[in-house]
Amino acid sequence: MSAITTPIVPTPAGWSLPYKGKVGMACLIIAESSIFTIFVVAYLFYLGKSLSGPTPREVLETPIFFTICLLSSSVTIHFASRSLEHGKRGAFLGLWLLTIVLGGLFLFGTGQEWHRLIYEHGLTISTNLFGTTYYSLVGLHGTHVIVGLILLTIVLLFGLAGRVGPEQSARVGVLSMYWHFVDAVWVVVFTVVYILGR
Amino acid sequence: MGTDWLVVTSRAACAIIFLIGIFLAARLCGAQSSTPNPVPNIFEPHSTPADSIDELSRFVLIITAVIFLVVFSLLAFAVVKFGKRASDNDREPPQVYGSNQIELAWTVIPILIVVILFLASARVIHGIQDAPKPSTAIDVTAIGHQFWWEFRYPGLGVVTANELHIPVSETARPTPTFLKLLSADTDHSFWVPQLAGKTDLIPNRVNNMWLDPHRTGIFLGQCAQYCGTQHAKMLLLVSVDSREDFEAWVRAQRQPANHDEKENAGRRVFETTACINCHAIGGTAANGRFGPDLTHLMSRRTIASGAAENTTENLRLWIQKPDALKPGSLMPAMQLTDNDLDALVWYLETLK
Amino acid sequence: MSSDALAIETAGAAGKPWVETLHEWVTTVDHKRLGILYIVYALVFLLIGGIEATIMRIQLIRPHNDFVSPQVFNRMFTMHGTTMIFFVVMPVLFGFANYLVPLMIGARDMAFPRLNAFGFWLTAFGGLLLNLSFVSGSGLYGAGTAPDVGWWAYAPLTAHAFSPGHSSDYWTIALLVSGFGSIATGINIIATVLSLRCPGMKLSRMPLLAWMNMVMAGLVLITLTPLSAAQIMLLVDRYLGGHFFDTQAGGSAAIWMHFFWIFGHPEVYILVIPAFAFVSEIVPVFSRKPIFGYPVMVAATVCIGFISMSVWAHHMFSIGMNSKANTFFVLTTAAIAVPTGIKIFNWLGTMWGGKIIFKTPMLFCIGFLFQFLFAGLTGIMLGSAPFDWQLTGSYFVVAHFHYVIVGGILFALFAAFYYWYPKITGRMLSESLGKLHFWLMIIGFHLTFDVMHIPGILGMPRRIYTYEPGRGWDTLNLIVTLGTFIQGIAVLIFVVNLIFSYFKGRLAGNDPWDAWTLEWAVSSPPPVYNFAVIPTVESRRPLWDLKHPEDPDSRYE
Repeated sequence: MSAITTPIVPTPAGWSLPYKGKVGMACLIIAESSIFTIFVVAYLFYLGKSLSGPTPREVLETPIFFTICLLSSSVTIHFASRSLEHGKRGAFLGLWLLTIVLGGLFLFGTGQEWHRLIYEHGLTISTNLFGTTYYSLVGLHGTHVIVGLILLTIVLLFGLAGRVGPEQSARVGVLSMYWHFVDAVWVVVFTVVYILGR
Repeated sequence: MGTDWLVVTSRAACAIIFLIGIFLAARLCGAQSSTPNPVPNIFEPHSTPADSIDELSRFVLIITAVIFLVVFSLLAFAVVKFGKRASDNDREPPQVYGSNQIELAWTVIPILIVVILFLASARVIHGIQDAPKPSTAIDVTAIGHQFWWEFRYPGLGVVTANELHIPVSETARPTPTFLKLLSADTDHSFWVPQLAGKTDLIPNRVNNMWLDPHRTGIFLGQCAQYCGTQHAKMLLLVSVDSREDFEAWVRAQRQPANHDEKENAGRRVFETTACINCHAIGGTAANGRFGPDLTHLMSRRTIASGAAENTTENLRLWIQKPDALKPGSLMPAMQLTDNDLDALVWYLETLK
Repeated sequence: MSSDALAIETAGAAGKPWVETLHEWVTTVDHKRLGILYIVYALVFLLIGGIEATIMRIQLIRPHNDFVSPQVFNRMFTMHGTTMIFFVVMPVLFGFANYLVPLMIGARDMAFPRLNAFGFWLTAFGGLLLNLSFVSGSGLYGAGTAPDVGWWAYAPLTAHAFSPGHSSDYWTIALLVSGFGSIATGINIIATVLSLRCPGMKLSRMPLLAWMNMVMAGLVLITLTPLSAAQIMLLVDRYLGGHFFDTQAGGSAAIWMHFFWIFGHPEVYILVIPAFAFVSEIVPVFSRKPIFGYPVMVAATVCIGFISMSVWAHHMFSIGMNSKANTFFVLTTAAIAVPTGIKIFNWLGTMWGGKIIFKTPMLFCIGFLFQFLFAGLTGIMLGSAPFDWQLTGSYFVVAHFHYVIVGGILFALFAAFYYWYPKITGRMLSESLGKLHFWLMIIGFHLTFDVMHIPGILGMPRRIYTYEPGRGWDTLNLIVTLGTFIQGIAVLIFVVNLIFSYFKGRLAGNDPWDAWTLEWAVSSPPPVYNFAVIPTVESRRPLWDLKHPEDPDSRYE
């Protein structure tokens, strides 16, 4: 067979495809949503089925303040990204730092709640079905918050070293997608655990 | 050119062999003979659930056979007719991209077939799973263990193991057997093909199934859900008895252990070693539930859930070295002296 | 730096020391090299999985055989299933996807080359970890502490009470690790297809292989993760005292089944859809016609993807779900037969009126068509719940799924090997060895798997290390085992062909099959950058347009 060479044809006008970073993160979010869905299903399925031990109604306290912290961090990261797109590095860094602080507060709140549950109510992951499903679900979310905070901090450090500018705003936007996802998951977990589950 | 004929012929040969095989399998071992058929053939049902399944299956088989023959023929025709011939020029054939009408046709027809199959299946599912329990039904609770079956008849006060006796169910006065299925450890599955489809025994879950055998005889099956090392030897034997035989069996099973009161060395061995931790013998101090109830051990044809015939040698072997008969079973080797073993086996053989 | 992806240079005269070559391969992020790594890895594990199968078949050649102990047998069926699915079929399909997708869409590499490498190495280490279990504990002939809980690892068999020691953990962790690798590949494929297509290649002009791998990747993202979730839960149970599947604490054994099969059923579509992709590329070229009904093929594949997520409990018909639940899953299972059947008809339509060339790739595709048809029909039988109450858990099911995976997927894979080997290596595989391979596979495959349906009908359950004589199963098992040996010989001939042809095969040139997709426009093997100039396309068959400027596809699409 003779060799075929592809001809050099001018690119059609307006040929643009989605940014691969956004596509990749969307895919990751889909995969993670699937994992969380399974943990949520397990939580809902096992409601009321514990044979003994503390029940949700007896021991859970709705973490309103820390939820507000986490959800606000979505707002701050959104404005941080926008600031970066417009080249306002100072605003970007400030809002970015605030995001990290709010996320850190949320984690602190989770830790505080777990401490109370373990030491005041004797609820651990091995106590009963509620303990197992609660700590697994909230813990899985918390792990994602920790990973998010680590990534956010790395960007902060790069930012403080002067290496984050508007050219990086697409990549920063991808990370910000992840953070929004973490917050959206919390909305679901909060509703399932603290509202539906009691 | 030779290749395409070969392809089609070999395909046709395989198809024919397989179809013949199916029919042979369905007719294996004369269904009319009076001796029990040792082949647990799903196409030789002898109980209503198995009958309904058999009827549905033949319907499904016919439909799929027709689909197979039609599509097979079209594929074979295409392979034979449209092969490139040596005499062909180098021109490409007409480049056809598709046809909406054809696509519609071969979408609509399969949808219709799907609807028919679905409705036929739904009817049988409902008929089997939602069947009401008549007051004349026999209740049996089957509890799956690693690697044996416990059968309790709550209404009749009978406890036995591995070999299930149930009465034949006559059309005039139906006496189906309704089984409640439980598990003491992992998942198991109760499968006696000629009497019903299989239903699993799952821990922390209650399942139900029913049988109403139309003729007496022995029907074989075994556990059909992998449950551990000796899953392969968790065999099932269902003895469908006439009404009279069944009632006689129940009466015998309700008696406490059949032994006389005079000193019995074997019984002492049983009651002073670890045997009583796992086994129960009615009318004695032994009431362990981890292993099978031995009150009427000698009324069973096999031991170790079908792993061996119920003979003196096998009983000895089973107690001394269970791994010889069923390696990985949970029966421990009892480490008895020869004298104790003899006395014990002699005692067990009195448990008729 | 070599411009050939596959050039392996010898030390000394050719210049490069082998250590450097090894280093290049280990650190590569080039999609072509990673594709080859995946494929070679899968071939090694195909041989291991084949040995595991052979051991089982020898044990079952007659009743009450003692070739291996029950403990070893149980490890064999667990390892055979797990290895074949996760470390043979998935890697080889990912390998072909990695190699072909960028070339077919006119791109230089996958969207995330380093993530690609990461995904490969995760998968590779997962497989090594799983097989390490053979040499732990009681060593290889006692089959170590390899897992023996079946490849579905049903609870509570995997709880500490019933699986002391670490055998279940090898299964759990190896699959968790390789699962993350698969997710990485899924992300990569979708991002590549959506973001890196060459100008003019609208989604409606993309080769079907790219479409189908994209659907497969979507399924990977959505349905592999439930298995990961369940495995995390299992680890919580086994190591943190959790009770997800602890029936003593009120936990449910059935919920493991649901989570597993929510993964497990779409998994088989993850395995078969890329096989459809191979057939959809090869049959048109060897029939000398475009694929019949391209838009319908795309729509059917997407439908299959969606419906496949709703059928899972047809693997659980016998667990005692109520009649309404059983009926629902009968409906969805029967429904998926419609788009699947449509595809078979479209392949038939492609061949119809063509000029079929019976070279080895096409022979394997024809084998696929007949065998997949048959497998689909036994699937319909299994989809009818009452029929399934007899057939599930028996050798009928084992025969059915091997018919799909061996008769369908493996045959399509062989076709893909014969078709694309020239592109990957620059040399043709031997056509005579190929035909010998094909006919031996036909004989061996049908001997084993046609006959295997019958013991199931006669009441033989699966996963048993031995069986009772006199139930009508004896001779049938003997025949099944004999077919295994013939298949083994066929596969060995194939491996010999692969190796021999690498050195002595006829040079292929760019386009040995006179095909129409972009990968045939570049040299064989392609340069590391794939395309000197990124092409612009105007139809689904850019090379047809170039070869037939008087009658381009673009006029008809």
